[in-house]
Amino acid sequence: MKIKLSKLKAGSSAKIITIEGGAGAIRNIENLGIRPGKKIKKISQQLGRGPLIIQSGKTEVAIGRGLAEKIWVETEE
Amino acid sequence: MKKILLMGNANVGKSVIFSRMSGAHVVSSNYSGTTVELAKGNLKMGKETAELIDIPGTYSLDAASRAEAVAVKMLGEGDFIVNVADATNLERSLNLTLQLIKTGKPMVVALNMWDEAVEHGIEIDVKKLEEMLGVPVVPTCALSGEGIKTLVKRLKGQARPSQLKVDQKDVWVQIGKIVDEVQKVSHKHPTLGQEISHATVHPVIGPIFAAIILFFSFAFIAYVGEWLVEMVEGVFEFAWLPVVQFISSFLGGGGILHDILIGGFIDGSISFEESFGLLTTGLFIPIAVVLPFIFSFYFVLSLLEDIGYLPRLGTLVDNLMHKMGLHGFSIVPMLMGLGCNVPGALAGRVLETRKERFIAVTLLAICVPCMAQIAMVVGLIGQAGPAGIIIFFSVLFFLWLSLGVLMKFFIKGETPEILLDIPPYRRPHLKTLAKKIYMRMGGFIKEALPYVLLGVFFVNILYALGVIDFMSQIFGPLITRVFGLPAEAVGALLVGFLRKDVAVGMLAPLGLNLRQLITASAVLVVYFPCAATFVVMFKELGIRDLIKATLIMIGVALLVGGGLNLLLRPFV
Repeated sequence: MKIKLSKLKAGSSAKIITIEGGAGAIRNIENLGIRPGKKIKKISQQLGRGPLIIQSGKTEVAIGRGLAEKIWVETEE
Repeated sequence: MKKILLMGNANVGKSVIFSRMSGAHVVSSNYSGTTVELAKGNLKMGKETAELIDIPGTYSLDAASRAEAVAVKMLGEGDFIVNVADATNLERSLNLTLQLIKTGKPMVVALNMWDEAVEHGIEIDVKKLEEMLGVPVVPTCALSGEGIKTLVKRLKGQARPSQLKVDQKDVWVQIGKIVDEVQKVSHKHPTLGQEISHATVHPVIGPIFAAIILFFSFAFIAYVGEWLVEMVEGVFEFAWLPVVQFISSFLGGGGILHDILIGGFIDGSISFEESFGLLTTGLFIPIAVVLPFIFSFYFVLSLLEDIGYLPRLGTLVDNLMHKMGLHGFSIVPMLMGLGCNVPGALAGRVLETRKERFIAVTLLAICVPCMAQIAMVVGLIGQAGPAGIIIFFSVLFFLWLSLGVLMKFFIKGETPEILLDIPPYRRPHLKTLAKKIYMRMGGFIKEALPYVLLGVFFVNILYALGVIDFMSQIFGPLITRVFGLPAEAVGALLVGFLRKDVAVGMLAPLGLNLRQLITASAVLVVYFPCAATFVVMFKELGIRDLIKATLIMIGVALLVGGGLNLLLRPFV
């Protein structure tokens, strides 16, 4: 099922499909290790419009909500 | 002198490698983008001595962010590169490695965190990696020191530019191929460290944990600071007072030189707090009152930083900071500002948008008192019990929140989303921690002490020339009617332009009641930054934004001073 990263449930795993946005923004996200094809797991989601933390391999990254809404992932269901 | 640059992603252990490679003589200069000032040290390269520079973390040379742009600029001046890569994150690290290879400079790669990689079931064929990259690769564990000698040896003898052709268009595909060839990962269960890590960013447990950490941090800073103050005060009484008394009688107990060096007699004897001579108050304030708190503060901050807690704290407060037009990691310049506003303001340099920079720097200058100021205020107000101190900090905190929200509303522009690497919790390297604290204390002595002496000298001149009396008459009505303070307090406001700690010191002999002490201290924090901070603000904001910020400051000072004067009257 293809959903936005912001909608992924905490504790679930998924695979990154696409990242929307400007070239610079995409590059910043990719440089941290978040790239299409990568398997990630959502660790936590802060309350309200807060950021979320995802884990990819041994990397953990905090991503703001707005950015997370531009990242599409495929869940394992 | 040849320059060796230490480059790598954030949180890969560069500072520890730097600490192990450099000699005893380490210099820090202010730098933005990290919580640590730019560190420079020396390394012997054969007969020559080379300069070793610790470049703040960067993920690529795209210069996509202000922090990276500065790293790229510094790269131009380097002769050799030591690329610190993270063995637990090889793929991500290789991005920078390949881009550094593209520059054609001689380099070696330190594959750090080797022990952690082993713990996580990661095996890397180092020989093969070296073949594929074309530069020496040395596995290291900076914490234990393993591999560092080899690293330095190969840096001196075998650092070379690589012949590797880097794929411009699809660098990640190239990196993927290299990683597939050299890395094998066997699954390991999540470690205890990871479980704790996840708990500290949990939406409910996280904030509770943060509150506990902050509480203990404040308690440590306050108690250890106080205890050290008493110790140093004791040393002053025991060892320095006799010297000063001797000089005093040698100078005949009066005269210009006596007034400058020793100051005035309070109730017939020399008072370190109130005499205001260069050798008395001028030395007492920075060494006995402020330096102990500088130590305890930077101990806590450096520890939190080295453990890896700060990015998690940034994540927890991101929501709140967005309401103020900032993003979570801006908490770092604010925390640094509690130590000294200058590195705090400089840390604001890497915020991406003009709106963020303006809000962060202005909030810092207005609402965040530096440790020098805090130490003096706590010493002054604390005598009457904790209530005054609680009110003081609460007012500033509330001001910080509301002013931030207002500025977000009125200032045009965007605030970018947080995008931050969260490192695993790590045991801090004690020697590096000690070096960091030592560097920061040394920085305070070298940079602040001369200004304190200048400030004390300045105060005496102002009194001697009658400037204070003159100013009292002009600003007297404002100060007495709006702030409820005696007109002589204008002296403190004048000196506050130069040094805040000396300014608070000038409130001591005025015999103020608690309400007045709180009001005066708050106004001193808010009305204007100290000269050093003002210079940095000018460089960072430019003249137009600086004028806007100054107007905000003055307006806020009047509101806060007048407000406290009215609101506190019924109580204190």
